[in-house]
Amino acid sequence: MRAASSAAFCARLLRRQLVLGLRRPVEIGNPLLFFAMVIALFPLGLGPAPDTLAAFAPGILWIVALLSNLLTSEGVFRGDFEDGSLEQLLLAPQPLYFSVLAYVLAQWLLTGFLLGLLSPLFALMLGLEPAAIPALAGSLLLGTAVLSLVGGIGAALTVGLRRGGMLISLLILPFYMPVLIFGSGAVQAALAGAPAAPYLAILGAMLCMAVALAPLAIAAGLRISADT
Amino acid sequence: MYFETLAAALQMDGHGAFVWSAYLITLGVIAFILYAPKRREKRFLRQLEGQIRRSGGQVAGAIKEV
Amino acid sequence: MWSLFHKFGSPPWLYRLSGSILRWLLPITVIALVVGAVWGVLFTPPDFRQGNSYRIIYIHVPAAVVALAGYYVMAIAGAVSLIWRMKMADVAMRACAPIGAALTFVALVTGSIWGKPTWGTWWVWDARITSMLILFFLYLGVIALYEAYENKELAAKACAVLSLVGTVNIPIIYKSVDWWYSLHQPASIKFTGDTTIDPSMLYPLLFMIISFYALFTCALLLNMRAEILQREQRTAWVRRLAGSGERD
Repeated sequence: MRAASSAAFCARLLRRQLVLGLRRPVEIGNPLLFFAMVIALFPLGLGPAPDTLAAFAPGILWIVALLSNLLTSEGVFRGDFEDGSLEQLLLAPQPLYFSVLAYVLAQWLLTGFLLGLLSPLFALMLGLEPAAIPALAGSLLLGTAVLSLVGGIGAALTVGLRRGGMLISLLILPFYMPVLIFGSGAVQAALAGAPAAPYLAILGAMLCMAVALAPLAIAAGLRISADT
Repeated sequence: MYFETLAAALQMDGHGAFVWSAYLITLGVIAFILYAPKRREKRFLRQLEGQIRRSGGQVAGAIKEV
Repeated sequence: MWSLFHKFGSPPWLYRLSGSILRWLLPITVIALVVGAVWGVLFTPPDFRQGNSYRIIYIHVPAAVVALAGYYVMAIAGAVSLIWRMKMADVAMRACAPIGAALTFVALVTGSIWGKPTWGTWWVWDARITSMLILFFLYLGVIALYEAYENKELAAKACAVLSLVGTVNIPIIYKSVDWWYSLHQPASIKFTGDTTIDPSMLYPLLFMIISFYALFTCALLLNMRAEILQREQRTAWVRRLAGSGERD
């Protein structure tokens, strides 16, 4: 039997991950629900004054998006590690670099992408100026992709550990900080009437770098975790 | 020496408390990072020595020759 | 060249070498630290704007510089252990993390104490302090990851990957924090402009930076020795060392 070509293999992996995700719609809904609930905490904590909320909105939306991404990235490889299909993947002739990219892409499509699409709704709830909403959605779409890739590194390094949940946040939150700075920077720039494009360009550059390098670290991490 | 008296050096025009506490904390941390591994090594060797003596030179477990 | 490389991979050889290096390096380091501190605290003129509180610079800046360099040492050791599977590089990497974390802690605490008389507050979200704080988190992350693994060989590999990821990220983090700060900078507390430093203040500072590098080396070797013994506890040479009762 001939091994499937790399591209076909990745497409199949991606489809498999998406189908697995779609079979449990509640799990797709969970990060979004988390996002909505934490957003609802802020008016309770900061007071309902629309001015305060609108001023903090770019930061709030970005931090909450970051946290919900953090919560989901822990599980990227969990199921496949436990049922052994991860070891099959490590033995497969196709390059691991592209296979892990397919995993991360599936995770991003089910969390960050949906979050980016739904963010305008939450932005309106916090009273963010409508003019800043395209910048918010754009920066979230680009930024959460970087977050998913970086989160994948943490997930790969901790998947073999019994108590990985808290640890992964300690490992990767520092790496999330540049994305947070430029992501909320884009929204703040749009609020101030400045163009958001430079910020989005920097986020794009970060994404390019993450796509190029993160799969290498993820692959190395998975090989280490498979030995545990 | 820049300061004329010891009291002036301790006082440092009101900044003494900050400067000296910063130096004391640093001294503590430096002493710790030098002393902690030393103590760990000593304690480990003592423990191993006792273990060897108890077993009368015959040590449980495989010994690799290097 | 290769024979030297193989020697570095040999635990008993490294243990003896580090012992003979420490015998002279440790006293020199301690003396240099004392001399540098006395020079900086008692024999330099005060700063014309900050008065005497600036004397904290002689521990704050060296600690910060060496803490950052320590992360790179750790990452390089991690890379060596990943590429050439050298066990002693693992040991070096593991030894770097607590020292680096301790020095970062010193830089943060002294920076905070320095901030009180200068800015009137213990903590300012200044670009450099924030970057230092993130560096502290990075070190603690490496330590936490190492402790989470039961198998210490795998732990070292995982930490090596993490510290390499950190090395790629540190410049990005530093640049973005710098940029973030310049965007939000409150005008009143800017004081770190382009000021030149007088030689009478610069020489003790450079002297202290070199002393801190020596301190890092000493602590690294001491930590490596303890780690080597524990890893090699089943080998004959460690047994002989413990049995003979001779220690240095």
